[in-house]
Amino acid sequence: MGRGGSRAAPAAAAPPWHALPDEVWEHAFSFLPAASDRGAAAGACRSWLRAERRSRRRLSVANCYAASPQDAVERFPAVRAAEVKGKPHFADFGLVPHAWGAAAAPWVAAAADGWPLLEELSFKRMVVTDECLEMIAASFRNFQVLRLVSCEGFSTAGLAAIAAGCRNLRELDLQENEIEDCSIHWLSLFPESFTSLVTLNFSCLEGDVNINVLERLVTRCRNLKTLKLNNSIPLDKLASLLRKAPQIVELGTGKFSADYHPDLFAKLEAAFAGCKSLRRLSGAWDSVPDYLPAFYCVCEGLTSLNLSYATIRGPELIKFISRCKNLQLLWVMDLIEDHGLAAVASSCNKLQELRVFPSDPFDPAGQVSLTERGLVDVSASCPMLESVLYFCRRMTNEALITIAKNRPNFTCFRLCIIEPHTPDYITHQPLDAGFSAIVESCKGLTRFSVSGLLTDRVFKSIGAHADRLEMLSIAFAGNSDLGLHYILSGCKSLKKLEIRDCPFGDKPLLANAAKLETMRSLWMSSCSLTLGACRQLARKMPRLSVEVMNDSERACPLDSLTDESPVDKLYVYRTIAGPRSDTPSCVQIV
Amino acid sequence: MAGVDVDVGTELRLGLPGGGAEAAKAGKRGFEETIDLKLTLPTAGMEEAAAVKTEPAAEKTKRPAEAAAADAEKPPAPKAQAVGWPPVRSYRRNVMTVQSVKNKKEEEPEKQQPTANAGSNSSAFVKVSMDGAPYLRKVDLNMYNSYKDLSIALKKMFSTFTTGNNLNEGKLVDPVSGADVVTTYEDKDGDWMLVGDVPWEMFVASCKRLRIMKSSEAIGLAPRTKDKCKNKS
Repeated sequence: MGRGGSRAAPAAAAPPWHALPDEVWEHAFSFLPAASDRGAAAGACRSWLRAERRSRRRLSVANCYAASPQDAVERFPAVRAAEVKGKPHFADFGLVPHAWGAAAAPWVAAAADGWPLLEELSFKRMVVTDECLEMIAASFRNFQVLRLVSCEGFSTAGLAAIAAGCRNLRELDLQENEIEDCSIHWLSLFPESFTSLVTLNFSCLEGDVNINVLERLVTRCRNLKTLKLNNSIPLDKLASLLRKAPQIVELGTGKFSADYHPDLFAKLEAAFAGCKSLRRLSGAWDSVPDYLPAFYCVCEGLTSLNLSYATIRGPELIKFISRCKNLQLLWVMDLIEDHGLAAVASSCNKLQELRVFPSDPFDPAGQVSLTERGLVDVSASCPMLESVLYFCRRMTNEALITIAKNRPNFTCFRLCIIEPHTPDYITHQPLDAGFSAIVESCKGLTRFSVSGLLTDRVFKSIGAHADRLEMLSIAFAGNSDLGLHYILSGCKSLKKLEIRDCPFGDKPLLANAAKLETMRSLWMSSCSLTLGACRQLARKMPRLSVEVMNDSERACPLDSLTDESPVDKLYVYRTIAGPRSDTPSCVQIV
Repeated sequence: MAGVDVDVGTELRLGLPGGGAEAAKAGKRGFEETIDLKLTLPTAGMEEAAAVKTEPAAEKTKRPAEAAAADAEKPPAPKAQAVGWPPVRSYRRNVMTVQSVKNKKEEEPEKQQPTANAGSNSSAFVKVSMDGAPYLRKVDLNMYNSYKDLSIALKKMFSTFTTGNNLNEGKLVDPVSGADVVTTYEDKDGDWMLVGDVPWEMFVASCKRLRIMKSSEAIGLAPRTKDKCKNKS
């Protein structure tokens, strides 16, 4: 035609974009990896909704009770990878009644029915039984990835079913689960012809494994990149395993302690020297440091070091960490102390995530010299630091203000001062100013945990400034209903709020009922709530599930209790599935 | 306050904090600047409850110097632990407990005596399984001084699996059949015994794990029945 840019075929006009067939949109949406982007696209119009949901491959269900498994399977029929999370976060600390729920079985059953091509399944904080694992092994012919995090309810018998039945398994990743040991040699059930394993993590398993079987498995799985062992593997066997798998990228050593023998040391040193690709290291290292130098050759290459189960302390620990100049992630015990963190600050400038765990959380005296100093040093010298979890026994507003100034790029800031209500130890003031400085400075903060002595003021700052905050954890803080009101009426992006032992009552909850529907969930325990307010909330907001839990001794029917009765634990979440039917007697839905 | 669903009972209104009594009690530098809105304080009962909760905090801020001096003079008294505080995952706590006990035992083999464990600072975690319950629990035997204490704790722990039948209020029952259950344990030699036969201290020293099973299954329980647990497949 002559016009620049005109298409080749002048006769037939291209169909208008909104009449393109679904397959075109499905293909287009496959380039949107983020679930939020896909969700946004699905909201544009009916045909996009249809195309998007029919082509969605990865599904993440952050609350297993927000929708029914049947709903999920029906709406997203093409899912190949699903992740489902169950119990509230505070279940990790024993605050959720043990039989609360979160059974994985209905999800496995629905998936077996509707997603025969499922390849990946991940459960977090759920009850997974041996029957679930058997069903998984039997139902999905191309099953490749099983990840269980903080789950319970299964035994080595279930693992045996997975090993025997999943011909194409690539990843078996068991993180911090409670697994019953039935003395079944589940590892030997991987057939001799089975070679596809890329990740094997059984670090949380308490029993023994057959080491010869493990060695043969490791030898024939030439693509094995992640191997995390449990405590039953002695050091000399570790050396021979490493020689069989020098291509390893991530290693969990299991137990790492033995009496010093120069032969064994030499063997380990040689084995590690062969692991040129090793980047991530973890393990439960006991206090004997004699073998640490065997690792020196891999230090330079390490990007991730998890010593949070290692009771190592002293100069050997510091020497070791100081050699790890490329660390991006470091998890340690407070045994590292302030001077150790100072060494980290000067050596590990690429650090992005730091977690410091308490070695003796119940010791009131605190033998370990880890204070605010350590965190100040690291935040001053590590420009890429964005995620912190820090347990300590004292803090000052000045330190927090300094940290906030140094590191405006925090996305996750969790500070736990071990003794509740601890004030600034120099000025004896509440720590409001310090925590406020963090939210005001760190515009990208998405996760925040506060502690120490705090008044309602800090919540005013959080409500006003924490625009991107998605998860907030509060304990032993605040002094009136205003504190909770500030949070619920602010914090535009809030998704999860968990509160314990705060003087927050019914008023702010009811005044901000609508906010709760914009959030995923709210947990409140040992606050000042009454049953009447919970009833009112449930009546007002039919799309919320309002669960009340009291001391299991008092599991009497809710109907007989008055509005004034105190509520010990409240869990509220939005759901399209209506009230669940699997509550134990100590949990009631209002 | 656009978008807030205001209920008649919450009475949001402008004004200075009228609940000044509470702020004064707290003894902190309270809200010196104007607060934009105020929620009417609830009934007297809740006001007291809220005040009580701020009191401990107030005490701490008023007398930190005294507290510090007191701490320096005498060994710190054991404090009542709030459940689940500090927020260390139960999994991590269990692993660290096992590790520290192991370390202590490795460091002091001569001092280790079975009777010394009872009531000491070290812990003796054992797994407890109940037939029919979907998962295990763990108990620290050193937390208890007698079979009665242990029995009360086990009942509390597994009570959610009972039928809640009032007739059986005092006893654990099998969740499916409602039949009586007994508690058995595996000792150091791998034998399964009925709990209650030996003196308490001896039991704590030799118990490796506990299992609650139907009474009918436990009849004739003898040292030879140790393979019960390993039959699952």
